[in-house]
Amino acid sequence: MDSPGSQAIDCDVHAVLPSIEALLPFLPAYWREQIGQTGFKGPTGRWYPPGLPTSERPGLRPADGSPAASRVEHIQRDVLGQAPHPSHAILNCDCAVESLHNPDAASAVSGALNEWIAAAWLAADARLRASIVVPSQFPELAVQEINRRAGNPGFVQVLLPVRSEAPYGSRNFRPVFAAAARHGLPVALHYGGLPGNPPTPVGWPSFYLEEYAGMTGVFQTQLISIIAGGVFDEHPGLRLVLAEGGFAWLPAMLWRFDKNWKGLRREIPWVRRPPSDYVREHVRLTTAPADAPEDPAQFRDVVAQLGSDAMLLYASDYPHAHGDSASDAVWSGLSAELRGKIMSANARALYKL
Amino acid sequence: MVDCDIHNHLTEDAVSKYLPKKWRDYDRQFGRRMTPGDFYPKATPMASRTDAWPPGGGPPGSDLAFLRKQLLDAWPIEVGILNTLISVRNQFRDYDAALATAANACQVAEWLAPEPRLRASLLVPYEDAALAVAEIRRHAGDRRFVQVLIPSRTSEPLGQRKYWPIFAAAAESGLPIGIHFGGWSGGHPISGAGWPTYYLEYHTGMIQTFQAHLISLVCEGVFEEFPGLKIVFIEGGLAWIAPLLWRLDRSWRQLKAENPNLRRAPSEYVRGHFWLTTQPIEEPPEPSQFAGMISGLGMDDRLLFSTDYPHWDFDNPDSALSSFPGPSLRQKVRRDNARALYRLD
Amino acid sequence: MAKHIVSTVAEIPPGTRKLVEVAGRSIGVFNIGGEFFALRNRCPHQGAALCTGQLGSAVTSPGPGRYEVDRAGEILRCPWHGWEYDVRTGQSWFDPKGVRVKAYETAVAPGSALVPPATGLLPGPYVAETFAVSIEEDYVLVEV
Repeated sequence: MDSPGSQAIDCDVHAVLPSIEALLPFLPAYWREQIGQTGFKGPTGRWYPPGLPTSERPGLRPADGSPAASRVEHIQRDVLGQAPHPSHAILNCDCAVESLHNPDAASAVSGALNEWIAAAWLAADARLRASIVVPSQFPELAVQEINRRAGNPGFVQVLLPVRSEAPYGSRNFRPVFAAAARHGLPVALHYGGLPGNPPTPVGWPSFYLEEYAGMTGVFQTQLISIIAGGVFDEHPGLRLVLAEGGFAWLPAMLWRFDKNWKGLRREIPWVRRPPSDYVREHVRLTTAPADAPEDPAQFRDVVAQLGSDAMLLYASDYPHAHGDSASDAVWSGLSAELRGKIMSANARALYKL
Repeated sequence: MVDCDIHNHLTEDAVSKYLPKKWRDYDRQFGRRMTPGDFYPKATPMASRTDAWPPGGGPPGSDLAFLRKQLLDAWPIEVGILNTLISVRNQFRDYDAALATAANACQVAEWLAPEPRLRASLLVPYEDAALAVAEIRRHAGDRRFVQVLIPSRTSEPLGQRKYWPIFAAAAESGLPIGIHFGGWSGGHPISGAGWPTYYLEYHTGMIQTFQAHLISLVCEGVFEEFPGLKIVFIEGGLAWIAPLLWRLDRSWRQLKAENPNLRRAPSEYVRGHFWLTTQPIEEPPEPSQFAGMISGLGMDDRLLFSTDYPHWDFDNPDSALSSFPGPSLRQKVRRDNARALYRLD
Repeated sequence: MAKHIVSTVAEIPPGTRKLVEVAGRSIGVFNIGGEFFALRNRCPHQGAALCTGQLGSAVTSPGPGRYEVDRAGEILRCPWHGWEYDVRTGQSWFDPKGVRVKAYETAVAPGSALVPPATGLLPGPYVAETFAVSIEEDYVLVEV
């Protein structure tokens, strides 16, 4: 997609941790020794099938065999140096700290990841920004981590994996949203996560394809929960980004949510407006993958049904690949004004760039 | 018109009468367990219309005469499909099988025999395929049972092979599999991100069980194995399906090497094997959006009108049917599609 | 528009309601603390008999986890989908301007004002459809 008007911002680029060793310089002595003596690999193992076509675009793997997007030069070359030549890129390091059952380990690894992101990425290129990795399964520790990073202007949002053991609107997660709101940081829910419970309401699927395609259901659960729980009523300035989860499913879900709210709103009386109003005001969605129809007219309908021009954020999702989801041709069917917002203005307003 | 989702309530006493003595004693001593996880204050008592309590006593849907008055006679309903929702999913599978057999006998004697407009879904102990198949065989040829009922909250995604013998028996008997919201997953929370806080979330998110089953049934290759199998999603909604198919088709094109048994795009399997009931009717801000959704779905011959009587989210046939554009589609939805699917001649 | 005599006051004590037929319409007449309100007995959503629904409070909240109940018995919930209406105005809770049920003017009048003793005939605008009017009673009128 081209970027009419000001320069593009890429709202979902992945910084890939090559191995736990990269974190050793940033870990406290105890954890350095524990990791050395136990052979613990951290949450960097094979939680996706190796060689998955969605994880890495063909031809990106460096000659030394290290993963794509594991060094800042990769992103300088493949993202910042390529069309649409973004002025900024937001790094999401989706390393599964939520899978660590030991709160101290989860906290130490999150802290080290953020130190690594600050040193190896943010300090290396002024065009980069990053999300704060937090031990999302331990809200108090997550708050501490947010407080530690919020002083570094390179960190522009809080990252939560979309999969969790309880939905994020549950009362026990409220301190995490409060901390993000206090620091003026959006919260991003990103595809994936390894909380340990199955990714569907009926247990574990057999194929990665099922988990991948069905992840939109988890995004739906989280969005419903966060609105019903009153997170935005408590934090009217808070913004929520749904990253790498598609957006074409949203209008249909809102029809259902608004309808139920009309009859059941007594259960959540703090929610005083239709849920779709909250979504339009508070929620942003990244564009990769789109998973919208290829027919340009149908595609325009889906985008129009989101109900606001402010909601979509351009993302390359580098180095991930989402096949033939939404060609440049269908994006070109949108007005130049809207494309400008999607490519740049919406993200500039959100991240105050 | 045909109403494809009516909930008659079989009380414990009503079912108990049809249990053999051994199981009647067991039923009295141990009985059916509550299924954990559904403990929300719901919209209304028994999640029912507050005007559906029979004047003569008993819970909504338990009194045939009142059901006739409030539903079958109130609209020109020529056939109504009963989906009774009693739990046949306890810990002891033999007990589940006995309960299903008794409930089916109760339906025949107390509902289907006295009211020729009614048909029923067959209850089966669906977590044990062999016992479920025996129940399907027991009723083979009885045209008053028009499909096999499986609640949407199963222990595993329904495409898994443990359920395949049920699909084989259903396809062999020419019976669709009706999947209706409810049941107990044996411990899985009702979302892929744990237990929600409020009933509003639970009810809005219930479609995710259907999403998981649609994906599983397609991706496991169930329709390659059983080309005659028909799946009916009951009370699962319509509007989410096209967006999920956009995503599923695209993902499959990218990941299809993972299951080489799939020979067609997921949307082709769905459009070839799935039927959908209409309640709770989706209510977009602009009525034209509903028509656009139906047109994008491309399943005009697969939409089945349903009221969900006596539940609180009941659809009035007059208003719900008027959402569908054009007299010809409305006629399909209100009557013709169901008559063809369930062979109601 | 005519005023219809629909009930004696005694027949609808505070906190109760009566369903009446007036000019071919089903109407619910509610007594809230001695004041009478009349609403069309049909939910504009899907046509349920709205006035048979549960009466409850106005539930509001200053924020998550805090529940305030007020105006007990003044909010009517549709027996089907639970849409809430203000009995005093007919306005829906979720969209008071856009979605409402027809509310009718009511009045209370003594039988003596309705039945001239000399003739026993109803004067002017009053219409009594179902019962004889007695001068000893007070009556609820609904303007339809």
